[in-house]
Amino acid sequence: MNQPPKPRIKPWNDPRIRAWVAQILALVFVIWLAATLFSNTLQNMERRSIQTGFDFLSRTAGFGISFSLIPYSETDTYGRTFFVGLLNTILVSGLGIVTATILGFVAGIARLSSNWLVARIAEVYVEIFRNIPLLLQIFFWYFAVLQALPVPRQAFRIHDLFFLSKRGLNMPSPVAGPGMEWVTILFLVGLVATLLIGRWARKRREETGQGFPFWRTALGLVVVLPLALFALLGAPLSWDVPHLRGFNFVGGATLLPELVALWFALTIYTGTFIAEIVRSGIQAVSHGQTEAAAALGLKRGQVTRLVVLPQALRVIIPPLTSQYLNLTKNSSLATAIGYPDLVNVFMGTTLNQTGQAVEVVAMTMGVYLTLSLTISAVMNGYNRRVALKER
Amino acid sequence: MAETFVPLPSLPPPSGSVGVGAWLRTRLFNGPVNSILTLVCLWLVASVLIPLFDWGVIRGHFVGSDPQACRDGGACWLFIGARLRFFIYGFYPDGELWRVNVVLFTAVAVIVALAIPGTPGKRWIVPGAIVGMPILTIVFMHGGVFGMPVVATDQWSGLTLTLVLSIVGIVAALPMGIVLALGRRSKMTVIRLLCTMFIEVWRGVPLISVLFMASVMLPLFLPEGLQFSKVLRAMIGIVLFESAYMAEVVRGGLQAIPRGQTEAAAALGLGYWRTMALVVMPQALKLVIPGIVNTFIALFKDTTLVLIIGLFDVLATIHATIVDPDWPNIATEGYLFAAAVFWVFCFGMSRYSQALERKLHTGHKRN
Repeated sequence: MNQPPKPRIKPWNDPRIRAWVAQILALVFVIWLAATLFSNTLQNMERRSIQTGFDFLSRTAGFGISFSLIPYSETDTYGRTFFVGLLNTILVSGLGIVTATILGFVAGIARLSSNWLVARIAEVYVEIFRNIPLLLQIFFWYFAVLQALPVPRQAFRIHDLFFLSKRGLNMPSPVAGPGMEWVTILFLVGLVATLLIGRWARKRREETGQGFPFWRTALGLVVVLPLALFALLGAPLSWDVPHLRGFNFVGGATLLPELVALWFALTIYTGTFIAEIVRSGIQAVSHGQTEAAAALGLKRGQVTRLVVLPQALRVIIPPLTSQYLNLTKNSSLATAIGYPDLVNVFMGTTLNQTGQAVEVVAMTMGVYLTLSLTISAVMNGYNRRVALKER
Repeated sequence: MAETFVPLPSLPPPSGSVGVGAWLRTRLFNGPVNSILTLVCLWLVASVLIPLFDWGVIRGHFVGSDPQACRDGGACWLFIGARLRFFIYGFYPDGELWRVNVVLFTAVAVIVALAIPGTPGKRWIVPGAIVGMPILTIVFMHGGVFGMPVVATDQWSGLTLTLVLSIVGIVAALPMGIVLALGRRSKMTVIRLLCTMFIEVWRGVPLISVLFMASVMLPLFLPEGLQFSKVLRAMIGIVLFESAYMAEVVRGGLQAIPRGQTEAAAALGLGYWRTMALVVMPQALKLVIPGIVNTFIALFKDTTLVLIIGLFDVLATIHATIVDPDWPNIATEGYLFAAAVFWVFCFGMSRYSQALERKLHTGHKRN
């Protein structure tokens, strides 16, 4: 048998050689670009006598920050301003994610309601707020709504406990007395125990079919026992109620108007996108599933909880994750109204004072990048757990 | 004799299942829970709409130009009329406004031509607009040729700047996104890694930090003597950012094309570029038109962020005017007007994309 003659390919037509050449060219181009930018930057910085390196992080910042979750004063370092900003970003993103999820699920389910009026209201909400830029919504809540509120002396008040004014929302804050830490510990222990029992109960039900009064146990462990200890210790908790002194409130906790406006806008804007995701997720579960579940004798609540929701969540989770990421990144618009988030504090004031643009921008971008990659990794893990198991 | 069978006329539907009463019963008051919900919602809608209507229309002021007329607390729409020129053209010199109008009317004409089904020569309009619009925009807006005096980019502002940023962003981000998507699906490891890194980095950071980078770091990157104007820097930031999102949309379309298509093209002797250009891309892009339009909408809304780095887009002009001491308490009217402007553009685009989707999805539709 003679082999067919191997076709002779010219080297410049050989796809493998071509691929190598293309890749080497691309790499050379990228390295050249990076080197040029790097040397330009070094020259430019030298000419403008900008310092390099991360020494500035341990220098005294010397500017105040209106709101901080950790103790901070003007004598602290630039490094600490970074953490103040970061925590504020996490705070507003966390608050926004919780409320946007609730609003989005309510609106998404409402759009499928059999009640005509409820469905139309949800639709109008989604279509209006989805199509207006977030920055505009933040401005609206901050400048048109919250700045139009009365001064603290004429604040709206609820039973002299909550006060809503130009200065934000003032409310009572809890003050822990002696022994309160034990109640907290018992509550946390009860929570962990409940989770473990829930796991065990589900496993037992799947193996033996025996039920377990899970919700009653959970109620006892998480609510009743800590409450009992709380009463036993003589209710070691008091409330610090805000009261008017001079032109402002003292005592209690304050939600800054900037935080309220940002939180509102993020919730309402992201809620519209989540509503659309939820709606399409529920519609993706075919009607046959509901009918089959009903034919098996499941109750309406069970149909939703055991059949529709798990399948809908499978469709909902991936886009929901990217909405959470968007919300976190969008929280950086805080800088426009002066809420001291990472971008405002660090990429704003710190950058302006130190002039070290490269380091500051790189650190800020690094934070968001890490946050994005972490959240998407966690959600991908969850997604894998609920994904369709094909056997 | 063949007798034709004449059926009796059908009975009318039971009186309880037609008409307004039945509609109310089945859609609004079916069951106690829904009835309560309906009443609560009616109360909610009324308590929002009635004061709004009262403020905006009944007590609103529509004609005239005197701020004193608005002292009684009604909506002051005069303000919008008085400042409209600033909102649309910003700081563009008065004598040169016709140049902006030429660009805007051409853009409107192109959009109308695309929106009307059956416009002749549609397939030439799209590439023509993609190449022609930026050239037209730069020639007319910037000037310096044909005897038109130069208008520096820092005088571009108002709605004009918003539209210029979005048009340039859209036109540049789509081809870049296509190239990046192809790179991310390439078999060549180096190219794939570079494209993936580029896409993930821009998608992982907020646009505002990209704009900050473009405005403070870009001048450091450039060699001495080369200066980009602020508008151009913002444009570069927007294009880099949106092209990453566009790449992911296009990649979604590429993944949906079955491998048989590529194999068939290879069997016909087409090389990589011709396979992509003639077989895969047309199908993939058609599939993801809604995603592309959604990215356009996001880009259009995102252009408002340039006000944070000190550019004057339409939101910034409105934001700057509402502190005018001549017009007190005007914030709500100003923001509502801005919201209406953006809403009309975005809602229009999303409706157009839905219509397009229905038209193009003839093959796969299952109801």
